[in-house]
Amino acid sequence: MTAATGARPVGIDLQENEENRALVEAIEADNPDLNIRHMPGMIRLTTNGKLVINQSSVEDRLGRPWETHELQLAIISYFGEFVEWDDDVIVIAWQH
Amino acid sequence: MTVSPEKPARKLSMKQRYTALTHDLDWTPTYVTEEEVFPFTTFEGIKVHDWSKWEDPFRLTVEAYNKYQAEKDRRLYAVLDGFAQSQGQTGLTDARYMNAMKIFLQGIPVHEYNAHRNFAYLARYANGPGARFAALCQSMDELRHAQTEIHTLSHYNKFFDGMHDWHHWTDRVWYLSVPKSFFEDAMTAGPFEWLIAIGFSFEYLLTNLLFVPFMSGASFNGDLPTMTFGFSAQSDESRHMTLGLEAIKFMCEQDEDNVPIVQEWLDKWFWRGYRLIALVAGMMDYMHPKHVMSWKEAFELYFEEQMLNGLFKDLEYYGIKPPRHVQWAIDEKEILSHQVYWVLYQFSHAAAFSTTIPNAEDQAWLEENYPETWPVFKKVAWDKAQKVMDNGGRYFNPGLPQLCTVCQIPMGFTEPGDPLTQCQRQSVYEGERYDFCSDGCQWIFDREPVKYRQSWLPVHQIFQGNCGGPGGLPAVAAWYKLGPNDGAEYLGSNDHKNWLAWHGQAPKEA
Repeated sequence: MTAATGARPVGIDLQENEENRALVEAIEADNPDLNIRHMPGMIRLTTNGKLVINQSSVEDRLGRPWETHELQLAIISYFGEFVEWDDDVIVIAWQH
Repeated sequence: MTVSPEKPARKLSMKQRYTALTHDLDWTPTYVTEEEVFPFTTFEGIKVHDWSKWEDPFRLTVEAYNKYQAEKDRRLYAVLDGFAQSQGQTGLTDARYMNAMKIFLQGIPVHEYNAHRNFAYLARYANGPGARFAALCQSMDELRHAQTEIHTLSHYNKFFDGMHDWHHWTDRVWYLSVPKSFFEDAMTAGPFEWLIAIGFSFEYLLTNLLFVPFMSGASFNGDLPTMTFGFSAQSDESRHMTLGLEAIKFMCEQDEDNVPIVQEWLDKWFWRGYRLIALVAGMMDYMHPKHVMSWKEAFELYFEEQMLNGLFKDLEYYGIKPPRHVQWAIDEKEILSHQVYWVLYQFSHAAAFSTTIPNAEDQAWLEENYPETWPVFKKVAWDKAQKVMDNGGRYFNPGLPQLCTVCQIPMGFTEPGDPLTQCQRQSVYEGERYDFCSDGCQWIFDREPVKYRQSWLPVHQIFQGNCGGPGGLPAVAAWYKLGPNDGAEYLGSNDHKNWLAWHGQAPKEA
């Protein structure tokens, strides 16, 4: 099942506002094959296999400490599964 | 500003904190048996061997939950205040946009409240601490959603008809029996079925269709407060989706015997939820003056791509298959919104929202997005409705429609592949005949006829004299508490006239 898991798209929808710009830029930087779609009020980020959000990448761009829990203020929806949600990283992927 | 590389060391990692403050606070009862403390988790036939295997990827604690929820509310209420202070209602794309929000207000907040109640019940009666805590968070979320939706839309109630008695209408008016019967059906099921019905099928599979493009549509139509509460609620939904997904995986992993039970619930609740959000299809394609995307595109993006090509490939591992009637839903994506809005148009004289014929701009958009099906519907429905308008009339259906016994939507759906032949299915149970709009609804009835024979069908109730007694539409409207300006045709309505006056376009009084 590994090949299929790696090929299937996963994604996240975020509110598009100034507050979340650093987060979006961090996701862009850490996920090279990211697809981006803008819709009114929101931004949809999708990629194949897995989507990674690194705390350090967000903090570098934000210029302040950022807890991974703060993603909850930005997220609208997602598809895939939160296979990891820790102090330093969040990973969305399919399990099987 | 650069962030110093050495951050203050935490005593516990996120995972340890979560475990310490949820799972580790649990204890095993000794004075009473587990069955006495948790009496409702066995009768549905779901076998659970180890409740500690229930995971919550969000790893929330009470402290973190309160901190972030408070911040979400602060942000929302700042927006609401600014909108009210700046007369934001005058900046909508058009007053007719508000009809979609009327249906939303009448049909949704009360069931957010019902979801709050039922998750509070799970927060008490689920055996495992992980499940209880996730249910507790969701219970508080759902209460917040009911409150923020009502607060947000109360501003519009000062300026628009069709919003004043939503809490009364929600229990009585015919089209609002659709969401009411859906949620009450789920609430009267057992706790595991509830989790598959609401947690998984509704939250994970389908709510994206309700909240994401619809709320983006609010943004596009100048409805800042709705966009804000919608996305604020949706940030909680991400947790709810996770709970739903965890629920189905947990049940499948605990015992193989659970899989066929879960599959049947999934088959049932996919179809129940899909029929419920048919109303959203009509709202998105016909009630939003400006469109983010069509129902068809939203269905492809949020259901076919994400769920069928993503999620269900994952669930195959457990032996879970896509929902039984999913192909029917796919086949309907080109015609669903046309059929729903045509029903709403014909019967809006008995409703708390108004409707109108799509204008030239709307028609061009419909043509572009539904090149195969729009011309057909235009010819058989809208050209005729327009002719009636041109002659100074307005077409309303003078009769009462037959309702589907399960979804309770008037029988306006058609046979697959044939958009002009009405679909009608019938089952006989103990000598009584019951009617359905589709194979999906019939299948649901045949599985549990004893439950669905009790459906409170608004049309049957009107004929039995239980909705204001005899006296036709005026008696029913009085019992519904519909005001004279709440429904019917949009053009020439108070909302329409007020809108023109706000923008200096009011017709001169004769």
